Amino acid sequence: MLRHLTIALALGLTALPLAAPRAQAQDAPLRIEITDGVVEPMSIAIPAFHGDAEIAGRIRQVVADDLTGTGLFREIPSEAMIARPDSFDAAVAYDDWRAINAQALVAAEVTGAGEQISVKFRLFDVFAGQPQGDGMQFDARAADWRRAAHKIADQIYARLTGETPYFDSRVAFVQETGPKSARIKRIGVMDYDGANILWMTDSASLVLAPYFSPDGKSLLYTSFDSGFPQIRVMDVASVTSRPLTQGGDSMAFAPRYSPDGRWIAYSLEKGGDTDIWLMDSATGAQRPLTDSPSIETSPSFSPDGQRIVFESDRSGTPQLYVVGLDGGEPARISFGEGRYGAPAWSPKGDLIAYTRQLGERFHIGVMRVDGSDEKNLTESFLDEGPTWAPNGRVVMFTRVAPGGNGQPKLHSVDITGRNMRPLDLDFAASDPSWGPLMP
Amino acid sequence: MTAWMKPVSAACLLALAACAQPPAPTAPQVVDPYANTGAGALYQGDLAGGTLGAEATAQYFSTQVGDTVLFGAEQATLGADARAILARQAEWLNRHQNFSAVLQGHAEETGTREYNLALGARRAGAVQEYLIAQGVAAGRIRTLSFGKERPAETCSDEACYAQNRRVVTVVSDSGAGS
Repeated sequence: MLRHLTIALALGLTALPLAAPRAQAQDAPLRIEITDGVVEPMSIAIPAFHGDAEIAGRIRQVVADDLTGTGLFREIPSEAMIARPDSFDAAVAYDDWRAINAQALVAAEVTGAGEQISVKFRLFDVFAGQPQGDGMQFDARAADWRRAAHKIADQIYARLTGETPYFDSRVAFVQETGPKSARIKRIGVMDYDGANILWMTDSASLVLAPYFSPDGKSLLYTSFDSGFPQIRVMDVASVTSRPLTQGGDSMAFAPRYSPDGRWIAYSLEKGGDTDIWLMDSATGAQRPLTDSPSIETSPSFSPDGQRIVFESDRSGTPQLYVVGLDGGEPARISFGEGRYGAPAWSPKGDLIAYTRQLGERFHIGVMRVDGSDEKNLTESFLDEGPTWAPNGRVVMFTRVAPGGNGQPKLHSVDITGRNMRPLDLDFAASDPSWGPLMP
Repeated sequence: MTAWMKPVSAACLLALAACAQPPAPTAPQVVDPYANTGAGALYQGDLAGGTLGAEATAQYFSTQVGDTVLFGAEQATLGADARAILARQAEWLNRHQNFSAVLQGHAEETGTREYNLALGARRAGAVQEYLIAQGVAAGRIRTLSFGKERPAETCSDEACYAQNRRVVTVVSDSGAGS
């Protein structure tokens, strides 16, 4: 079976029908729990993939980087390995892997030449002495080798954590160049790990805060190209955009799709007062969701699309509020010290991530949707704007260094706050928006 | 001494604007603009100073009237200094009906990007309301916010933040009016 994707690539996945002995009834599959705040990562052996050394080596490295980047896995160095399987189908020498304390083992092979490649892999629970799940095969254009690698890593992550995966996904962001007082900003889209950057806008006009549609095919963003901030929508495949709001005497910004793509929540400013409005994405019809003399902005939909969390200073300082789509009185959910803003409702539905300013410091934090169990995940001079990985277990955000030459950089952190790392980009970037897991 | 105070005092002297403390009246001095050098009379007056329309320029507005008002942290209320500058802006705009104005609101870098966009708009809105109350036609004024995107000063402490919490009035000749 070959599934054709819209992003001009064909990446089919096929469960291998060959002699992959099915796992017997696994009463306790090999499992690492994300939410525990992993102190001891699971050891995983990812020996050299079979096939052409060059392409197989690159794919293996991306798989290893995906897994170890989570902080949940420790890769066993190849020098420590005893077993040297000579083919993909060779019997697994479990004792040799047990001897070096490998808990999980990956075997893979890359075949094909020219434009098309196939990558197949199997995952083994070493101490149980059996495969964990079926073998799988991914067929892809050679140019899409990274996606094939992410798909394999996603399968391994999902089987070992019990969570849905997120490696085969993209992030929209804003590149920043030039002096702080006259920044040049440009929207780009990249793989979640910073590879394969595609530019969506040129540097002619100021652009802010892109937001991925649920299907990953378009981006909402705020542009000053008319001279005044207005919302535009960008088709990612064709890199063409059109305005969704028109100037007049008001300013529109902070657009977010509902999870079903039907609605766009955004901020509309009139005469200095900013409220949250809803737009029907099919008809363009608009109606206010809040009506208050205070500032209401940064909306984010719940996964069921029935509620919105947003930032408002109606109490005197910026705080987080939740309101139903049918209106009604918003309920305040943030009650800690300091200012709260830029909330993002987890796609899993259990948490809300936010930016918190406490004294002179900023934090990315998470709380339950009723405001309980608040927890700071990060701390710095200026951290802001969390966006969730498609599985709701990692957030990406912007960290800005202080001073006239201070640059923004993208970072990610998991919901335990233990595994924080900068994204490896060779330019300054801000305003990440994490898109969906790709099909 | 903040950067905008200098144009204020200059404007008091040059523009005869409604200043809080006008200069003490003095008897007009009669000065002979011609100096006798022996080789003839040399004109020492200022011809440029009498040019009609010299103050009807965006440059005059920004340097002599004062184009920037500042705000307190997280605030959008107009203090006495801000109101004095805006009174002069209104007076100038009322005298130069062919100009329109864009009020650019700004915020400091602390705070989230989108909240600061809204805060800059709230500040611009407060300025707009004040200018309209001073008789400037609403149709001549537009507002815009840059949030924290265009700081005037780039250091990360209060000295810079205070300069960045601002609304800048940018005037341009719209060709309309008289």
